[in-house]
Amino acid sequence: MKIMLVDDSRTIRNIQKNVLKQLDYTDIVEAEDGVIALDKFTETNPDLCLIDWNMPNMDGITLVRKIREINKTVPLIMCTTEAEKTRVIEAIKAGVNNYIVKPFTVESLGEKINQTLSKASAQV
Amino acid sequence: MDVQYINPFVFSICNTLETMCATKVTIGKPRVKEANTPLTDVSGVIGFSGDAAGSVVVHFTFDVASAIASKFACCEITPDHEDFSDAIGELANMIAGSAKARFEGLNISISLPNVVIGKNHNVSSAKNEKRILIPCETNLGSFLVELGMVISKTNEAKQAVVATGV
Repeated sequence: MKIMLVDDSRTIRNIQKNVLKQLDYTDIVEAEDGVIALDKFTETNPDLCLIDWNMPNMDGITLVRKIREINKTVPLIMCTTEAEKTRVIEAIKAGVNNYIVKPFTVESLGEKINQTLSKASAQV
Repeated sequence: MDVQYINPFVFSICNTLETMCATKVTIGKPRVKEANTPLTDVSGVIGFSGDAAGSVVVHFTFDVASAIASKFACCEITPDHEDFSDAIGELANMIAGSAKARFEGLNISISLPNVVIGKNHNVSSAKNEKRILIPCETNLGSFLVELGMVISKTNEAKQAVVATGV
């Protein structure tokens, strides 16, 4: 199981990595913006992506749309401070499978990741 | 600045510190910032645009910034650590983002974080609007949140703040 973390904050990526390690996911790819993430996505073909919204160069919502042009099924989770309903709807329309609002607890992040992965495996 | 816009930030400061740092915050009495007052050593700055203009600045001393950043990142982060400014910027980002969500009905964008580091610096605004200082006390030390915000859709904003129950 390969998981890609896309966030311009290394601190957030480290927090997410710690949660994933606790869940026994250790194959992790990191990207600090949407442009780098898109390259790494095609190179590494991850099984799940956690994507921040506000990033330099290419934001998360643009990245989600670009990933969906090339891959309709990979589970995508938006992890962002953007908490307004309109933003959540916009992200779902763009193709995310789940949505986590920052600040998040370690438990809620783990729960959303597990939830998203079990839904995705049930659909296969 | 309308004082009722302080409440969403009080909520977001408490929520962010409690969720990410397991730290309770006691909010002191907000006061108007005096012009060019030198404040503290580390400032995380987030700008607002769209239906609101202005910024929120989170000010720390080096010691408190280090204690809070370490708790946030779950590892020791001193001011010379490569992730120090990143952690402070992300905290400011969460405080701004969480507050922004409580202004329902307004289209507000937040900037990427900027972090200013330097003993006793001041972050000034280009406009001469009143800025509010919100004192915050925690078991990791005290810090200040500076807020300057002007909303163009005033009536809608008031309704939005009331609607979200803050």
